[in-house]
Amino acid sequence: MSDLVNELSEIASRVAALAKTKGADDAEAMVRDGSELTTKVRMGEAELVQEAGSRAVGLRVFCDKRSAITYSSDLRPAALEAWVANTVELAKLSEPDELNTLPDGGFATEFPDLELYDPSVEGMTAEEALKIAIAGEKAALGYDKRITNSQGATWSRVVGGMAFANTAGFVGGSKGSYVSFYVEPVCDEPDGKKRNGSWWTASRFLGDLASAEEVGVEAARRTVRQLGSEKIDTGDRVIIFEPEVARSLVSTIFGVSNGSAFYRKSTYLLERENTPIASDLVTIVDDPLIKRAPGSKSFDGDGLPTRKNIVVDGGVLKTVLCDTYTARKLGRESTHSAGRGVGGSPGPTSSNLFMEQGASTPEEILAASEGALYVTSMMGFGFNAITGDFSRGAAGFLVEDGKLGRPVSEITISSNFDTMLKGIDMLGNDLEFRSSISAPTVRIASMTVAGN
Amino acid sequence: MSSNTKTIERAPFAPGGANEIDRAIAKRLLGAALDAGGDYADLYFEYRSTQDFSLEDQKIKNVGQGVTMGLGVRVTKGDATGYAYCEELTIERMLSAARTAGQIASSGGSDHAFSLEEITPTTRYTVENSSLRQPPQEKLALLKRADVAARAASDKVIKVNASFVEQVRETLVVSSNGRMVRDRLPMMRFGVSVVVQDGEKRQSGSSGGGGRKGLEYFEALGATPEDHGKEAVRVATAMLDAREAPAGGMEVVLAAGDSGILLHEAVGHGLEADFNRKGTSNYSGQIGNMVASELCTVVDDGTVDESRGAINVDDEGNLGQSNVLIEKGKLVGYMHDELSAKHYGVDPSGNGRRQSFRCMPLPRMTNTSLLGGNHEPDEILASVKRGVYAVKFSGGQVNISNGDFVFSLTEGYLIEDGKITAPLKGVNLIGNGPEVLRKVVMLGSDFERSDGIWTCGKEGQSVPVGVGTPTIKISEITVGGTSAS
Repeated sequence: MSDLVNELSEIASRVAALAKTKGADDAEAMVRDGSELTTKVRMGEAELVQEAGSRAVGLRVFCDKRSAITYSSDLRPAALEAWVANTVELAKLSEPDELNTLPDGGFATEFPDLELYDPSVEGMTAEEALKIAIAGEKAALGYDKRITNSQGATWSRVVGGMAFANTAGFVGGSKGSYVSFYVEPVCDEPDGKKRNGSWWTASRFLGDLASAEEVGVEAARRTVRQLGSEKIDTGDRVIIFEPEVARSLVSTIFGVSNGSAFYRKSTYLLERENTPIASDLVTIVDDPLIKRAPGSKSFDGDGLPTRKNIVVDGGVLKTVLCDTYTARKLGRESTHSAGRGVGGSPGPTSSNLFMEQGASTPEEILAASEGALYVTSMMGFGFNAITGDFSRGAAGFLVEDGKLGRPVSEITISSNFDTMLKGIDMLGNDLEFRSSISAPTVRIASMTVAGN
Repeated sequence: MSSNTKTIERAPFAPGGANEIDRAIAKRLLGAALDAGGDYADLYFEYRSTQDFSLEDQKIKNVGQGVTMGLGVRVTKGDATGYAYCEELTIERMLSAARTAGQIASSGGSDHAFSLEEITPTTRYTVENSSLRQPPQEKLALLKRADVAARAASDKVIKVNASFVEQVRETLVVSSNGRMVRDRLPMMRFGVSVVVQDGEKRQSGSSGGGGRKGLEYFEALGATPEDHGKEAVRVATAMLDAREAPAGGMEVVLAAGDSGILLHEAVGHGLEADFNRKGTSNYSGQIGNMVASELCTVVDDGTVDESRGAINVDDEGNLGQSNVLIEKGKLVGYMHDELSAKHYGVDPSGNGRRQSFRCMPLPRMTNTSLLGGNHEPDEILASVKRGVYAVKFSGGQVNISNGDFVFSLTEGYLIEDGKITAPLKGVNLIGNGPEVLRKVVMLGSDFERSDGIWTCGKEGQSVPVGVGTPTIKISEITVGGTSAS
């Protein structure tokens, strides 16, 4: 373990133990330490260089089945002592909840190296980062003379450590790095309307990033191809979601299939466990143990060892992801999926959640989908988790002659999410693990497009 | 009790505090920030104390508390910004943050002479009155009252969640322009959400409010915990029988109040001057042009007493103001921060806001309103042959560059022959900002401000805002339903 993780682990253990001496039956403490560097260029000039570090500690105490959760960034010993005592006092305001205790055991004891940290990330200077950003934006601006402006190119890194400890003896920690690079060019329509598009690369390891030029060129290609976008007529169409947008479908599935949504009865999937909730092409996996992946971790927010969970298997809802409290509410076992921030309650989270890829190339999907709408972006919050009603703004392309044809914007696509998942009839073979939620190209048999 | 008195301590950087920042220290920090040759620097000290309570399954489930504090230092050189922050207010850490931010300039040292003037802004809210000063038991009782009222409102209620979040934020801004301004901003937000069930059908509903107010908020008509509990049940119950919404372009009537979210998305963001300075907004270069129907006058006003969007002073030390953006359809001004005001050669408009000391300020809205017209709301509804009446929303989003915006309806009704006939399933409405504002054909005389619930996100930073509108009729906007007829 690194010095940083040892130091944070020591603080977390000390804070949890301190809570016990102040009268708590049990306690958990989490410490995070992070530093960031963000550099942004616009039209070839530096626009922002931001550099800073921060540290905070969060504490949850249990007293007579009552609990309180607090956080502080003041780690001086006297301040810590007063803060911990105050937290124990605060717990008296809540009401007893039999389920509100530490997990019954089974804490992680082994911490596999998931390759979450690349030391060379921390070595990057602002000057080097600005050079990359300038190169990426330049590639975008030079790609097509119709690119006239830019929202800029942003290179940023986060490096940090965390540790978590409880009074049952668990202590664990990790150190991680994450770099991302984003380019957003702008072009003009003859009528003055502007079109923006973007592309990005991200990884825990510097060497795994796409080059600045590749990102810039792809951002530019995605921008100019939207020129001339128009509404299309209202009616039902086959809908294809590109991977970048299909991710949000996977995220929505998590939102309605996790234990918290279940015990709060705020999902249309209630009582649908072990039944088909999607077409048999659909398998969704949550895997926290993938090396170098953005959402990987060896223990969860309750201190339990993480594991791979199959959420949806061949269309059937197999696993409702739960943390310890949520699982108890539902009368079952945790799936070791607790997530928590420094100052928040634990709750079920996904780690690396993805829809498994299918057999078709994206080109084959287009070739089989004449007249379909290929969606490249969605807008708005039009989803009702309890009824499954889905309605969001969209933009993309009509599929013409088996390829992307006329650009389309200012339309909505609507259906019921249950119908949508069951209507998935083609999956691309183009899954990538660029972000912690990912999907291949997804085709849905029919949705209503509202336009003219 | 002790846990409560703890939360209302003054910031350590306040006069008499452990890390008091006086003019001498501020000058020293600004000097360090500008040492490498920056044009301008500001210091933003922030101390934020929050407390939250939540109720679930008829029990007070969570009690939380937190304090964050820090200093953000910004240095500009031309259009470039250097930014750094620290969380410990020791002189060494603060000087180090100032020098880090200052590295954006490399032209070398210059002598800066500052004459800092302490400004005392007009007060639109008071911390003396803040809920954080009241005993926690009073707030727990509010949650219980909402829970009881919601359960009593209908036997269909199967779940009630309620929450109360409160905060006091103390700030000190010092700029190399000579401003030194302190402020203390209270905020509280109350919310109830319910799930109702009728046979196989389930539906959710919510209600909430607040602002830079104290607990007297709950004494107003429509704002008691019981009112919010019942309102959440009313919405959920009304939407239990919602039918498929129509798809395509049609007349839409927006109810007074929260419909201001349309305004916020359709024009508000597009008039934030950073986008215009960079030429990336579709309102760039449009000052003096007609961008909306003649009925439309749009104002952004940070001076509305105790409102969620109120600011005595913005996060760059400029006083909160009321600014006319669109007058009778004509674009007359943008919302500015220091950078954009300098670019346009105008005075800052008091719109430079930030989420916290970890973020640089950006031009942001405060309370954005479309002023009222002279039609009776009933008259407006009666004028619609077939359309949608939009009442409640879950949020909105805009693409600044092309002007496309959406807002998501959670309570809406079908209008047929001038009458409300059936509840509709939640849908998105999509339009293009300038086009939709030109299609505003009637405005009600019933101008209303939203209750304090809205939060605006931009470039990863969230700030509290308010909106307000009268009843609005739009001659055509695309409704994203699933029913072709």
